[in-house]
Amino acid sequence: MSDRLAVRKTYKLYVNGAFPRSESGRTYEVTDTRGHFLANAARASRKDARDAVVAARAAFPKWSAMTAYNRGQVLYRVAEVMEGRHAQFCEEVAAGEGLSTSKARAAVDAAIDRWVWYAGWTDKLAAVLGGANPVAGPYFDFSMPEPTGVVAVLAPQQSSLLGLVSVLAPVLAGGNTAVVVTSRERPLPAVTLAEVLATSDVPGGTVNLLTGDAEELGTWLAEHADVDAIDLTGAPAGRAMEFEREAAGTVKRVVRPTAAEPDWTADPGLSRMTPFLETKTVWHPIGV
Amino acid sequence: MTSLFEYAPAPESRSIVDIAPSYGLFIDGEFVDGTGESFKSVNPATEEVLTEVSAGSGADVDRAVAAARRAFTRVWGPMRPADRGKYLFRIARLLQERAREFAVLESLDNGKPIRESRDVDVPLAAAHFFYHAGWADKLDHAGLGPGPRPLGVAGQVIPWNFPLLMLAWKVAPALATGNTVVLKPAETTPLTALLFAEVCQQADLPPGVVNIVTGAGDTGRAVVEHGDVDKVAFTGSTEVGKSIARAVAGTRKSLTLELGGKAANIVFDDAPIDQAVEGIVQGIFFNQGHVCCAGSRLLVQESVHDEAIASLQRRIGTLRVGDPLDKNTDIGAINSAEQLARIRELSDVGEAEGAQRWQPACDLPDRGFWYPPTVFTDVSPAHRIAREEVFGPVLSVLTFRTPDEAVAKANNSTYGLSAGIWTEKGSRILKIANQLRAGVVWANTFNKFDPTSPFGGYKQSGYGREGGRHGLTGYLKGATHS
Repeated sequence: MSDRLAVRKTYKLYVNGAFPRSESGRTYEVTDTRGHFLANAARASRKDARDAVVAARAAFPKWSAMTAYNRGQVLYRVAEVMEGRHAQFCEEVAAGEGLSTSKARAAVDAAIDRWVWYAGWTDKLAAVLGGANPVAGPYFDFSMPEPTGVVAVLAPQQSSLLGLVSVLAPVLAGGNTAVVVTSRERPLPAVTLAEVLATSDVPGGTVNLLTGDAEELGTWLAEHADVDAIDLTGAPAGRAMEFEREAAGTVKRVVRPTAAEPDWTADPGLSRMTPFLETKTVWHPIGV
Repeated sequence: MTSLFEYAPAPESRSIVDIAPSYGLFIDGEFVDGTGESFKSVNPATEEVLTEVSAGSGADVDRAVAAARRAFTRVWGPMRPADRGKYLFRIARLLQERAREFAVLESLDNGKPIRESRDVDVPLAAAHFFYHAGWADKLDHAGLGPGPRPLGVAGQVIPWNFPLLMLAWKVAPALATGNTVVLKPAETTPLTALLFAEVCQQADLPPGVVNIVTGAGDTGRAVVEHGDVDKVAFTGSTEVGKSIARAVAGTRKSLTLELGGKAANIVFDDAPIDQAVEGIVQGIFFNQGHVCCAGSRLLVQESVHDEAIASLQRRIGTLRVGDPLDKNTDIGAINSAEQLARIRELSDVGEAEGAQRWQPACDLPDRGFWYPPTVFTDVSPAHRIAREEVFGPVLSVLTFRTPDEAVAKANNSTYGLSAGIWTEKGSRILKIANQLRAGVVWANTFNKFDPTSPFGGYKQSGYGREGGRHGLTGYLKGATHS
């Protein structure tokens, strides 16, 4: 064994394509499941959440206007870059979730494969969810899915990587931009994922990852007037109803949490994409 | 301006409708007395009291939900899907058979011109039932995978602007997907819903599948907040929609909201002005402007502003305002004194904030609730009449120079229900349609509706769609995925 002293990583937020510390200067201690110190993570503040929403809104026109083919390639690129960091993810997931090496590997494999799966969806959504409407009159009438806009995601508290990817990738596949609050106790794989996103071709601001407390950040995101939708999957027990009420103030689209965290290995179907897609219907007369 | 043509009155006979002196609630297949207060339904064109209607109490809503639950569990849920479809086909046919009766009753109770209730509201309502009838045994193809299941009891609250049509938009998809219904019609327009209850009886629809509980806001709240309701569908104001979203937060209830709008109707300098003017008129004066998707913000390219406005004013001068039952009437009565007060108030604010009000010379009847077609020019995006839904025959005109400016102004709204584009250039239509944040975009047309065509909003205009395959998904859960 080498006696070289390891160079440890500083875990920071990921906002607008950069890695800032929390403007509040706050950090909190992250441990493994046995209580051993792993890192000090940044504890995002209300101001960080606002900055993240500003970045996500600014990134929305570009990301949503990208061709579906191009967006699919970018998501596939995320899988490629993740694959290169496979060992690092396994180590972080194993430590954070207390998994055996083989179970951690399976979770990382599934997370990478999920990006591939969603990458393949981008250019099929319009055909599957849209189409021509045979109206009773001389009009060409068609419907197509469009992204809802800026989506706030409270990522699952348990499944720190596979769960995170399972809620983030569908938001992106539809053309939305995201502000994600990571698992509070297990935030480290999310920060490493941010490094992957930064070195893939995901434009800065498209994904913003905030480590910290969904309990406090959730309130601010739920009531933020420039957030169009919120996924409450990782909302702390007992707070989801309050967040949903706050979200009603701006008619946000809301995904409610399930009683227990979903089985993230199951085929998700369209269920995590359709809540963040609007349907636009266009009419034009037919004539000469 | 003197009228170019004089029209002799051409009133539709009201003898086809038979309005009882009072009505109860329709629960479990029968008309029953309500336990709440009763209230009057008024003809807004004459202020004549048409009848007295029960305001459903909490206990009445309990009874209605219990009837709907029983019908869902024992009859409608287990029924062969093809048979459910056949009931809906029957209802569609009965609506067609009694179309004239429905049209006259709708115009009496709502104040809308008979031309519209006869040619739009009632035929479209029948079409919605016919369309959804066909879905009942084809739900495996609705996009939720094989074997999708109904949600259960749907609590539905609808507005007064299209009373029968909004009923059809709500009831037809709910029933086709196997749900049962408790519907609360609007306080000022309950009569066609009660006539629809008769249609359900004539169709031999099993008791409890459709329950109609009339009343005002309190009755609606009781429906929405009832613990045994699985699905809430609401069409109405954004303000009430938000309170409903708050009320269902943290419950199992699925929610769809179709709320307000402030649609931009964008006219480019290459648009054929006469066609565009017809579209602008149709967009804002259809149904007295009591339309959530009304084209209430006209965005006209600066270079054609004067020509377009002159042409628009000339056309508005030929609109006939008056007796809703007259077949020549273009603009009927404002639905209620309350709504008239709101239209007056916002119009006065428009003037106070600096916009220029224009109204044609027109004689309004002495009794009833009336407001002349109104155009405001010199409107700025900050004016309240450019931001708030007036829900009346009031058009705000703004200008733009470039397509980018048009899109920016059109999207500068908390609403996102609909929009219009007028131009001869196809590539421009497609580009602008892509950029508009609105659920329905009408290009070189406006205010068109069809049961096959999904309708609903972006942003604070609500969520969920009504019509088409998309409309079914709000009433179904997938066998494997929600």
